[in-house]
Amino acid sequence: MNEAIISIDSPLLSIEKVSISYDSGNPAVKDVSAGVKKNSITAIMGPSGCSKSTLLRAINRMHELYPNTQVEGKISLDSQNIFEMSPIELRRRIGMVFQHPNPFPTMSIYDNVIAGYKLNGIKLKKSRKDEIVEKSLQEVTLWEEVKDALFKKGTFLSGGQQQRLCIARALAFKPDIILLDEPTSALDPIATTKIEDLLVELKNDYTIVMVTHNMSQAARISDYSMFMYLGELIEYGKTKILFSNPVDKRTEAYLTGKFG
Amino acid sequence: MQAFKNKGDRLRIKKDRIFYGFVIFFALLTVSPLILIVFKLVREGIGQINFDFFTQNQPNTFQAMVAIKNGETIPGGIANGIVGTLLMVVLASVMAIPVGVLTGVYLSENQNSRFASMVGSISDVLQGVPSIVLGVISYLWIVKHVTNGYSALAGSTSLAIMMLPLIVRSTEETLKMIPVSYKEAAFALGVPYHRVILKVLLPSSLSGLLTGILLSLSRILGETAPLMLTALGSSMINLDITQPTSAVPLLIWEFYNNPNMVSLIWSSSLFLMGLVLFFNIIAKRMAKKWKIQ
Repeated sequence: MNEAIISIDSPLLSIEKVSISYDSGNPAVKDVSAGVKKNSITAIMGPSGCSKSTLLRAINRMHELYPNTQVEGKISLDSQNIFEMSPIELRRRIGMVFQHPNPFPTMSIYDNVIAGYKLNGIKLKKSRKDEIVEKSLQEVTLWEEVKDALFKKGTFLSGGQQQRLCIARALAFKPDIILLDEPTSALDPIATTKIEDLLVELKNDYTIVMVTHNMSQAARISDYSMFMYLGELIEYGKTKILFSNPVDKRTEAYLTGKFG
Repeated sequence: MQAFKNKGDRLRIKKDRIFYGFVIFFALLTVSPLILIVFKLVREGIGQINFDFFTQNQPNTFQAMVAIKNGETIPGGIANGIVGTLLMVVLASVMAIPVGVLTGVYLSENQNSRFASMVGSISDVLQGVPSIVLGVISYLWIVKHVTNGYSALAGSTSLAIMMLPLIVRSTEETLKMIPVSYKEAAFALGVPYHRVILKVLLPSSLSGLLTGILLSLSRILGETAPLMLTALGSSMINLDITQPTSAVPLLIWEFYNNPNMVSLIWSSSLFLMGLVLFFNIIAKRMAKKWKIQ
């Protein structure tokens, strides 16, 4: 057992020996194993090109969008193999938020929140829809700001508001896990702070896995941190311990700004 | 202005002005044909345009002759041509739009596929096929074997083939411009592929699609050659797609061949050009207004 990688007791999500390769060449992610604790924020850090997003995208099987990508190993959610679940079921339980806010440009704020239901052709009663929209927007603290403009296009909102709308869209399905791929890297510092506060709030109800470029962000809000380098998981531990007392030389070098 | 006092500078500014003058001159040269055409068509054609022009069928030679003798405007109109053109354009759109849009979707979704790039190139070649050849082919397929005679259906088939490559490429180009993040957002919500296309990609690219369709319409509105071999023409309004049908450009050709109807050439041309310009302007406006942020 690698002492730089802690094992998590009864993880909600467990990644076992996962390797991912594009075009059957060199694997981009090499043999990563890690568990994710329920109701926590787990940050995946590492320099550009270390395949942190690639790993994140394996968790909700986004790689299936690109037929040349091969994922090996096992990922399980609540000890259920995600590769045996239907994509829709899986993605209802594992939501995703992207680097650039991407509300659907043809839809209103209201429709964006319930887009998951709408696009999947799931019929809901009006009252149920209203309830989901209000609840989800309240969860992302956007309700007060947009409650009078629910039927305006989502693209009229500011970048930070759009990103919170995208989080609301993911929350509308009541997922177990929310994956965030550098959710604040396209936002200004004030919007970033809001999203960070929001994530800390959300971990009471959800489990959050986020990729971040920003070390201090990981230090501020995450409970657990992974450090990846060249496709390998170098170190994984409680954020406080990993930042103050890294085991691996490469983690230390990254954290002290020697590369990255 | 101290710097401009020196001789080299003044020469340079002079050269600049001369060059600027050249550019303006050629720009004017480019727009002058359109201005001259519009001017001529309006001057010669406007007198003939009245209510009857849009509601009456084409006059016969005798009516035209009498009118000319009495110094009156030629009676009748081009209603049979307008209705025929609309009928064939709608029919061609019904045939070409679904096929063209779906092919465009296929091309943009499979950019690395060999077959897709082959389809794309063939569609480009199709765009270069002379319209008269499409008329011949449509004659062979539809006139000889389907409707057993000249027909609106045959006419619209040739027009539909002309529309296809334009719609395919404009759909493909528009879809390619849609950020992949919208697609990913939909996939991340568990939406199956066909629904992502239908509910996310196509609606997001609606303005581009409509622009392409309108431009392809304005392209076929004035087509004459293929219609001569397929729709033939008719002096009455015809709504039966298996029967010969008139069209505005066919009427212009007919009027040209009849010395008594010359003044109808101008008014019909004015109408046709107005229609094409109208579609063009709407397409441009739409492309601007519906632009996705």
